[in-house]
Amino acid sequence: MFVKRRIPVLAALVAIVPLALSACSGGSDTPAQPSGPVTLTWWHNGTTDPIKSIWEKVVADYHQAHPDVTLKAQPLQNEDFPTKVPLALQGAQPPDVYQSWGAGELASQVTSGKLADITDATKPWISGTGKFAESWQVDGKQYGVPFEQHFVGFWYRKDLFQQAGITTPPKTMDELNAAVTQLKAKNIAPISVGGKDRWPDAFYFNYFAVRECSADVLKQSVKAVKLEDPCWTKAGQDLKSFLATQPFQTGFAGTPAQQGAGSSAGLVANGKAAMELQGDWEPGTMSALTDDKQLDSKIGWFPFPSVAGGRGDPAAVLGGGDGFACTSRASKACADFLQYLNTEPVQTQLAAKGAGLPVNSAAAKSLKTDTLKQVYDYGVKAPYLQMYFDKAFPTAVGAALNDAVANMFAGQGTPEGIVAAVNQAAAGNK
Amino acid sequence: MTTAATPVRKATPPSAPAAGARVKRPGLGKRLELALLLGPALLVFVGFVLVPIGIAGFYSLFKWNGFGPLDDFIGFDNYVDAFSGTVFQGAIVHNLIIAGLSIVVQLPLSIGLAMLLNRKLRGRAVLRALVFAPYVLSEAITAVIWVLMLQPGGFADQVLKGAGLGGLVHQWLADPGIVLYTLFAVITWKYVGFGIILLLAGLQGVPAELREAAALDGASAWQTTRHVVLPLLGPTIRIWIFLSVIGSLQLFDVVWIMTLGGPANASTTMATYLVDHGFKRYEFGFGSAVAVILFVICFVFALLYQRFALRRDTEGALTRMVG
Repeated sequence: MFVKRRIPVLAALVAIVPLALSACSGGSDTPAQPSGPVTLTWWHNGTTDPIKSIWEKVVADYHQAHPDVTLKAQPLQNEDFPTKVPLALQGAQPPDVYQSWGAGELASQVTSGKLADITDATKPWISGTGKFAESWQVDGKQYGVPFEQHFVGFWYRKDLFQQAGITTPPKTMDELNAAVTQLKAKNIAPISVGGKDRWPDAFYFNYFAVRECSADVLKQSVKAVKLEDPCWTKAGQDLKSFLATQPFQTGFAGTPAQQGAGSSAGLVANGKAAMELQGDWEPGTMSALTDDKQLDSKIGWFPFPSVAGGRGDPAAVLGGGDGFACTSRASKACADFLQYLNTEPVQTQLAAKGAGLPVNSAAAKSLKTDTLKQVYDYGVKAPYLQMYFDKAFPTAVGAALNDAVANMFAGQGTPEGIVAAVNQAAAGNK
Repeated sequence: MTTAATPVRKATPPSAPAAGARVKRPGLGKRLELALLLGPALLVFVGFVLVPIGIAGFYSLFKWNGFGPLDDFIGFDNYVDAFSGTVFQGAIVHNLIIAGLSIVVQLPLSIGLAMLLNRKLRGRAVLRALVFAPYVLSEAITAVIWVLMLQPGGFADQVLKGAGLGGLVHQWLADPGIVLYTLFAVITWKYVGFGIILLLAGLQGVPAELREAAALDGASAWQTTRHVVLPLLGPTIRIWIFLSVIGSLQLFDVVWIMTLGGPANASTTMATYLVDHGFKRYEFGFGSAVAVILFVICFVFALLYQRFALRRDTEGALTRMVG
């Protein structure tokens, strides 16, 4: 292993220089609200179609309708956001509009003092933007707006279910366990999971918690960043017993979630596994990993099963959203632009091209497949929505949760350990 | 007052050579030249190496999420946290295992292959190119290729099954007990070519006369290798070990792409731990502390190694002040 350059250390160090330099130039300058022509720098993650071309069209259309506003879009890889956004927010010229997933991460970013409070500007129309819009609030102030919402559930292959003699999608954990047994009997990997990436593992713990804990406990725990109620440990025990049934594909702890035909999504797409617990983006992810043009007709969806004795609503849903946050230089123009993204024409395009679930209900009828409509209906009708915990909690706590759950998937750790890991991270301990 | 000085000066032989003359301070022109040629590089070095190290050291004393003012001074708590955390302790152990394995496995392998490839044999150039090829690939590409080959039922497993070694098939990247060694194998695949090239160059420096002399004295091939070739390869081997250990301590790319340090932190290294906490968790103060720890470990190793192992090799090679 030899001449590896000092990339990690130096990259980290070098990355910090601009922080230091810009710290001098201050972040306290009062936001100037330019009147007249304005250019909005827009960081989004639409590097691939269909969303790439939708955003390109948005740039052109918006400028035509608002000649005063020029959009300078800059597509960035998803993975670049965690590094580039903090650096930019320390700098003198952060982007005016940038991709944000709300909640805990957004709350960290707000401490930079560069984000714009757009509560007033969005008040007239924010209520029309889906149930997750609250997640772009910090301390009751709106800093961003979602343009898509996401709901997590089980995607399954109808053909493999049929082969194993499973007639109806499982509604309870007992039925799910029975389905796993039936699939195994036919030598089919029942469920695939991208354990390498950790967050897919966390979906299971998250959902068990949503089923075991009442909505009040969930809200209170997220707010206090503390897991105290015994239902959290119960969720860990549920997960442990579920893992004991060995429902996953071989080597799942090393499987990536979305990259290549050997990823968890690829396995379902190619008929190598029967189910996967994933968000509504799954059909889009899968179609890129298989040659099967008939895929859409072969996959179905069912919500996470009910858990016997759980105090959570069996119809509560886990999910989140994709949105944009505004920085303060041109907050008025930014808020107006976010409103445009929520208008029916833009939302209809997002829905029709399979980019995601719209937040504007008027666009829902344009969703590409009946399965996606089913997911959408289930999500918007759900009595309670829980943001994925890794996003809902402060970033460090969310990561600790995902790690602890992934450890249990890899055969290490206990239900109590997951709860302890979260509480420990919340207290600032490693 | 001046009388005493005069005889002393006379006592110095006017022709006293070298030593004194060579440390004569450079003239203005020379100094200007030095500043001109060295200046830009020095500026870049100070700006992008020394200053960031200092800044990282400063940040490491704060609890800081990367945003807003540095107002939560916590002294050395970040360092205490790092060293008392089992994940970071494990990461240090993993780095040391990789460094140790490099020396124990890669070095003999490289020396053996280099000696083979140094012989006159048919297709030598092609063989050399083949062995060196993996080194040319970037770490990212290497890692992606191996992720695909090592996935369950993938190329590696099929080859093993085809060779009747189906019993050797493992969950290469999913089993916490194996994953570190899998990564080491990939790293070896990538870097053994580099070691061979270094050693081949070293072998070119072994004079043919010495081998002939040994042969005339009746030394066997093994004896020639053991007592003539290996000692003469010493400087090359020492440099290789230096690069190898430093590389092992900073191991990042291959691990990050192939396993993200998992499963269950079984392949976490100091560098992946640093990036995980610094960037993914917004713990920039803590990440800086880890960066400083990693830097100090590498720096101390480099100093000690230079002082004790490389001194003989670099003696005389160090440039003296330009005269």
